[in-house]
Amino acid sequence: MSQFHIIVFGPLLGFLIAGLFGRRLGDRGAMGVTTGLVTLSAVLSAFALKDVAFDHNQYRILVLEWVRSGTLSFDWVLNIDTLTAVMLVVVNTVSALVHWYSIGYMSHDPHRSRFFAYLSLFTFAMLMLVTSDNLVQMFFGWEGVGLASYLLIGFWFKKPSANAAAIKAFVVNRVGDFGFSLGIFALFMLTGSVVFADIFASLDGVADARFIFLGYEVHALTTIAVLLFIGAMGKSAQLFLHTWLPDAMEGPTPVSALIHAATMVTAGVFLMARMSPILELAPGAMTLIMVIGGATAFFAASVGLVQNDIKRVIAYSTCSQLGYMFVAIGASAYGAAIFHLFTHAFFKALLFLGAGSVIHAMSDEQDMRKMGGLSKMIPLTYVMMMVGTLALTGFPYTAGFFSKDMIIEAAFATHNSMGSFGFLMTVVAAFMTSFYSWRLVFMTFHGTPRADEKVMSHVHESPAVMWVPLAILAVGAIAAGFVFSDYFIGHDRFDFWAGALVTSHGDVMDEAHHIPGWIKWLPTGMMALGFLLSVLFYVVKPGIPKSMAATFPGAYKFLLNKWYFDELYDRIFVRPAFWLGRVLWIRGDQKTIDGFGPDGIAATVLAAAKRIRVLQSGYVYHYAFAMLIGIAIVISYFVLTGGGF
Amino acid sequence: MADWPILTALLLVPLFGALLILTIRGDSEQAQQNIRYVALFTTLAELLLAVIMWGMFDVGEAGFQLVESHAWIGENIRYKMGVDGISMLFIVLSAFLMPLCILASWQSITKRVKDYMIAFLVMESLMVGVFGALDIFLFYLFFEGGLIPMFLIIGVWGGARRIYASFKFFLYTLLGSLLMLVAILWMYIDAGTADIPTLMAADFPAHVQTWLWLAFFASFAVKMPMWPVHTWLPDAHVEAPTAGSVILAGVLLKMGGYGFLRFSIPMFPEASEYFAWLVFGLSMIAVVYTSLVALAQEDMKKLIAYSSVAHMGFVTIGIFALNDQGLEGSIFQMLSHGVVSAALFLCVGVVYDRLHTREISRYGGLVNIMPKYAVVFMIFTLGAVGLPGTSGFVGEFLALTGAYLRDSWIAFVAAIGVILGAAYMLYLYRRLFFGELLKEDLKAMVDLNGREIAIFAPLIAVVLWMGFYPKPFFDVINPSVEALLSAHRGSVGDVAATTMTEPLTGQAAVPSVDHENKGSH
Repeated sequence: MSQFHIIVFGPLLGFLIAGLFGRRLGDRGAMGVTTGLVTLSAVLSAFALKDVAFDHNQYRILVLEWVRSGTLSFDWVLNIDTLTAVMLVVVNTVSALVHWYSIGYMSHDPHRSRFFAYLSLFTFAMLMLVTSDNLVQMFFGWEGVGLASYLLIGFWFKKPSANAAAIKAFVVNRVGDFGFSLGIFALFMLTGSVVFADIFASLDGVADARFIFLGYEVHALTTIAVLLFIGAMGKSAQLFLHTWLPDAMEGPTPVSALIHAATMVTAGVFLMARMSPILELAPGAMTLIMVIGGATAFFAASVGLVQNDIKRVIAYSTCSQLGYMFVAIGASAYGAAIFHLFTHAFFKALLFLGAGSVIHAMSDEQDMRKMGGLSKMIPLTYVMMMVGTLALTGFPYTAGFFSKDMIIEAAFATHNSMGSFGFLMTVVAAFMTSFYSWRLVFMTFHGTPRADEKVMSHVHESPAVMWVPLAILAVGAIAAGFVFSDYFIGHDRFDFWAGALVTSHGDVMDEAHHIPGWIKWLPTGMMALGFLLSVLFYVVKPGIPKSMAATFPGAYKFLLNKWYFDELYDRIFVRPAFWLGRVLWIRGDQKTIDGFGPDGIAATVLAAAKRIRVLQSGYVYHYAFAMLIGIAIVISYFVLTGGGF
Repeated sequence: MADWPILTALLLVPLFGALLILTIRGDSEQAQQNIRYVALFTTLAELLLAVIMWGMFDVGEAGFQLVESHAWIGENIRYKMGVDGISMLFIVLSAFLMPLCILASWQSITKRVKDYMIAFLVMESLMVGVFGALDIFLFYLFFEGGLIPMFLIIGVWGGARRIYASFKFFLYTLLGSLLMLVAILWMYIDAGTADIPTLMAADFPAHVQTWLWLAFFASFAVKMPMWPVHTWLPDAHVEAPTAGSVILAGVLLKMGGYGFLRFSIPMFPEASEYFAWLVFGLSMIAVVYTSLVALAQEDMKKLIAYSSVAHMGFVTIGIFALNDQGLEGSIFQMLSHGVVSAALFLCVGVVYDRLHTREISRYGGLVNIMPKYAVVFMIFTLGAVGLPGTSGFVGEFLALTGAYLRDSWIAFVAAIGVILGAAYMLYLYRRLFFGELLKEDLKAMVDLNGREIAIFAPLIAVVLWMGFYPKPFFDVINPSVEALLSAHRGSVGDVAATTMTEPLTGQAAVPSVDHENKGSH
């Protein structure tokens, strides 16, 4: 039993206790147990990061044998390297803070023990995902977090919209998992293993291998990388598989912070980083990742410009920031991707929990058009949100400044053939990020209050159990950048990652340090531009947005309706599936198969039976008896005569 | 101990219980209660015996074990019983499900309790016989005999359209079986033996194999059931009483898969290779087609029945992939499906007993008043969608791995079924459990009682056990599958086999997949 057992299985224990005995323990007991265990995990994770990343120890702990089938074998393992240790810190820290925060946020909810059980289940699944040494255990965690996400999105099960969002999240993720699992199969066929170490060890021999996939002869590793990336697209809500994430905001806000901002949605980025040795040998896949990442960064930011639901703005922002991380992956700047994952976890969780604090204060109102003027009434929350916004928009020396600028620079410096596309998209998105972030702040906290008096009279600052976690995250949002940038992306990075991330074609992060100076300041300029425009639109001349929307109704509607992805998917997937199901059932099964087959025969038999009055009793015993006799006669006849042939 | 005829004991204990029930006279409440207890204790004793059998089973041994052989109809047609790693766990599965069936029928069956329990006990004996028989005529006797109690269970204790359903069931399965009988006779006459292990080693000429394979296929395809001969299943399930559905989905469907493993592949290896793409084609259609149909269902049992057809599609794909992962995955998937689908039908029974309707739209918001039931149903839903950590994942994953090694198209199409599976199961769950509790007649429903919890607890334990630590199962299955495969490769050459065990590198990967090359160009 090591500290890693406690880190990973502590939350599982919390889930089991709260889930099985929540009623007997009472809500306080369930909250205490789960929060305590996750907090313990978080503290131990910090030590683990020091142990692994700074003292250079690595661990591989076998927990239980899982499957042996022919040459395929995989086990339950805790595998700890720097990449895992970083994720342990991210997951457990945010999870612990969210547990604490939820004690306050969910204080009026009658199903608190269930809520905390789910949160801990999620944490456990996420930990299994990041500690895996093979693709299948990773897949377990992958689907496990999907389950927890499903349960938590649909936590308020009486709301039809929440139930729909929960199913949507699960099914869209399954589409991604479809690619993921095919990728696992293909990788097993190619390398004979699903264990990372074995796969990576055999890559040299298969770097140029080709195989047949769906009838076409293709480059094996490129195909595999694309398939795995499809999995990552689902989990990390990349363009085309992103539609579930905004809807997932139906879940309680702490859930949005933990699962749909800081941890689960970054699992795709983690997967890609983990697979860096394969990606390095799959340039075609890298091009695709760059394109999708850049497009997502742009697309989601553009939608975020016009949304009115405070949580949806942040959700699209998350989607967009995930796009940044994939741009970094595509640029082979894995360290930058994980660094942005790391800093983003702090400031995005902060923003979500801050938004939760606003919603809590506003009696569950989420529409920013009904907010305004809150800065003096909830000043602590206001400050926290400001910190989060500064970090997200990349204000100099905040966390986002280091990680986001690194990504943009890497996209500029990379040899990826679509690098300039990624660069362009992320620069434009940086401008839009700044605009929508400040728009959120201004609409929520500044100007005159637009809520009715009853709501305004209830506005109150959150209790300490809620704002202290916010404050801790705020410290991270400010400091995580300059404290860690040397290790994640700076000159200590090789020592820090210790081989967990592999780049084989030059060193893009080194090249990124030698780009023209104006490129380095471009993101900051974009941030300032977005801020100024936002001030103009929402502080100086608040009439502009309306007249803009009226002048360009097409563009406005297009953005407001999220580029019509939901409508499109509903038309081409959802409705046809149900329609086809009905057609196959009624026309296929009932009319065609049964019509010609059993019903046709049955009708004939019954018609004959009517004439033979003996059988008309319809009493099943008779038939059964007749069957028995029949079998006996047939067997004995053939056996006896057959023996004499 | 090794000479102790445990398989015969397994065969006889249920019959003995049935005889005991026959001696109970009268139709009073007390008499009915006694009958129920006799049936329960008989099936529990049988389960104990089955566990003992597992203990006696030598996991390192690939061949048949615990063999008993006595002359029956002459010297050539013998009463010969024995199990290997492929069949043994199916007997355990049957014995595991049966006490749950008895418990599930405790209150819901009040008509002809005596006949009902006898039918189930006879059924159990026949199921043990099917999986234990090592003589082909003995097998046929049990295989066909199993139709009769099931026919009665549906026809007598079934729902409104029970006569239609039981006839459909009867027509389909009997027609398939008759062709198999002809094939069995041919083989007996040709090879001069009815001994299954001997027939497995027999080398029938290739053109003969084709016909024999088709004849067996007719029977097993109906049993599985495979598309397009699956339409008896939804009707049979809908009309069958809960416990009947449990046995039907849990065990009877597995006889088809077992038949492929025991007869088609070892006895007709070349034909099995020849027809593999027929099976793949039908299975791929089945997986997508029935999943879509399941999406459109308004009757809970029909939905689960259609999902069974889809799940059996994975099984047939895995079997005919003819590699380690495919075969082992299929066997595991059958065991898993036996537990999960049985549990789902039991779950349907819970609300059916209370409201007497299976129509999904009559429910909604059940989680408000039946939280325990909601948790139980969720766990089995997850098992059905193949979430990792449940038994459903292990089998599905291995079967699909095997399929992929055979040809990426198969895994590609089948994996679409995995997406649809999540859709129809979660959609079902949502319609039953979530939302406000609005309907008046639902408000009086009570959560699971002690008897029901006693039914579901072992099922949940097994689903999770098989999901997290399936090693004990694979220890049993693997040696026999290895033996089956090496025998198969011995007889058909390594044409298909090499592409599966050896990881493919470089150009070597190319020749394995010329089937659909022909199709796509």
